Amino acid sequence: MQKFLHDANEFLPILLQGVWLTILVTLGSLILSTILGLLWALMRVSGVWALSGLSAGLINLIRGIPIIVLLFYLYFVMPDFGITLTALQAAILGLGIAYSAYQAENFRAGIEAIDKGQIEAAQTIGMGWALTMRRVVLPQAVRIVLPPYGNIMIMLLKDSSQASTITVAELALQGKLIASSTFKNTSVFTLVALMYLTMSIPLILLVRHLEKRAGRR
Amino acid sequence: MIELRDVHKKFGAVEVLKGITAAVEKSEVVCIIGPSGSGKSTILRCINGLESYDSGDILVEGARVDSKAKSIVAIRTQVSMVFQRFNLFPHRTALENVVEGPIYVKNEPRAEAFERGRALLARVGLAEKADAYPAQLSGGQQQRVAIARALAMQPKAILFDEPTSALDPELVGDVLSVMRKLADDGMTMVVVTHEMGFAGDVADRVLFIDGGVIVEQGPAKSVLNQPQHARTQDFLRRVLHPL
Repeated sequence: MQKFLHDANEFLPILLQGVWLTILVTLGSLILSTILGLLWALMRVSGVWALSGLSAGLINLIRGIPIIVLLFYLYFVMPDFGITLTALQAAILGLGIAYSAYQAENFRAGIEAIDKGQIEAAQTIGMGWALTMRRVVLPQAVRIVLPPYGNIMIMLLKDSSQASTITVAELALQGKLIASSTFKNTSVFTLVALMYLTMSIPLILLVRHLEKRAGRR
Repeated sequence: MIELRDVHKKFGAVEVLKGITAAVEKSEVVCIIGPSGSGKSTILRCINGLESYDSGDILVEGARVDSKAKSIVAIRTQVSMVFQRFNLFPHRTALENVVEGPIYVKNEPRAEAFERGRALLARVGLAEKADAYPAQLSGGQQQRVAIARALAMQPKAILFDEPTSALDPELVGDVLSVMRKLADDGMTMVVVTHEMGFAGDVADRVLFIDGGVIVEQGPAKSVLNQPQHARTQDFLRRVLHPL
């Protein structure tokens, strides 16, 4: 135990640098995937044949490609087409796109769970599609969507470690580098695991708080 | 002000409206009665474009109702609807439900809309429930909020789709008395209902619909008290004397 604390004291500053990048990748791709996911979901329920077809196709395409392959594609293949991204940009973009598919399906489930009578009531007071979504459907869908959204946030936090495969020196990669140069595998990876766990706790609490707030009515 | 000319409507292979021709004048209260599945609600839903119809014409103040055209929004703001299951927005208070249309569809100034909203809630007897959420209200109260929400659009007519069918019997009276007051104030109303007492007392005219056609129509008293058609007689007997 004492040895572990000594190691922790020594490695923590380096690992914390990784934590910063982990947070950056997670937050960046969370925002991107939420925006894209909402866009796919709205296209899917738009009732416009071309849009919903395109959205369904995109979601299946994205879901069918492993995240790691998507990341390799963005970081190693895109330069051949003249698009060069930094490792961090590629990581956020790749994870954001990959997770947008899951977000979209979650959002769609929430939207479709809203009673048709709500939409009819909105229509009878003269609301168009966009206004109905903004004022009536989405505010109610949020409550349904939140618990799985929390799940997605935590999965995304953990999957941000895949950014290590394209040289983003986030927490997992920092840990691996320290471990391979010091051979203190036990200490290092225990620390890394504890740090991921620590980061997921605020996310769990945040979702719980939001659920409570949404459920008050 | 509302006119239906030979309206036909199919759901898949089933023809639910087989040529409905009727007119509702300004300030008139028309009750539509008939067995379930006869197409009563479908008529209302076609009038404000919640359903499309296959042939014929529906005119509201001379404008043809087309559920897919842009003009439907203008028609819907003139013809409000009250639903069997209230369909209040559960995430908004009673008052917010009422002002939603005026503020977001008609772009009325907020202060003005809220003031008018409070007055409307008072008119349906719910002034003190302005800040309650729908889940905190009884069915009868929810339906009265829904009526206030419909009134807030300052419609020329209101369509009621079985407004008391989902209510506990002791709450029906509150809703009917609000509707009676509206009728007295000269509101044009089309009411699908099973409340024969209301139809007899308040309606100017009654349409009896069965199997997608108007079987019989006329002044409320004569249709309800001296029905001419055998099907009307049979229906009224079952409704008035269920045992």
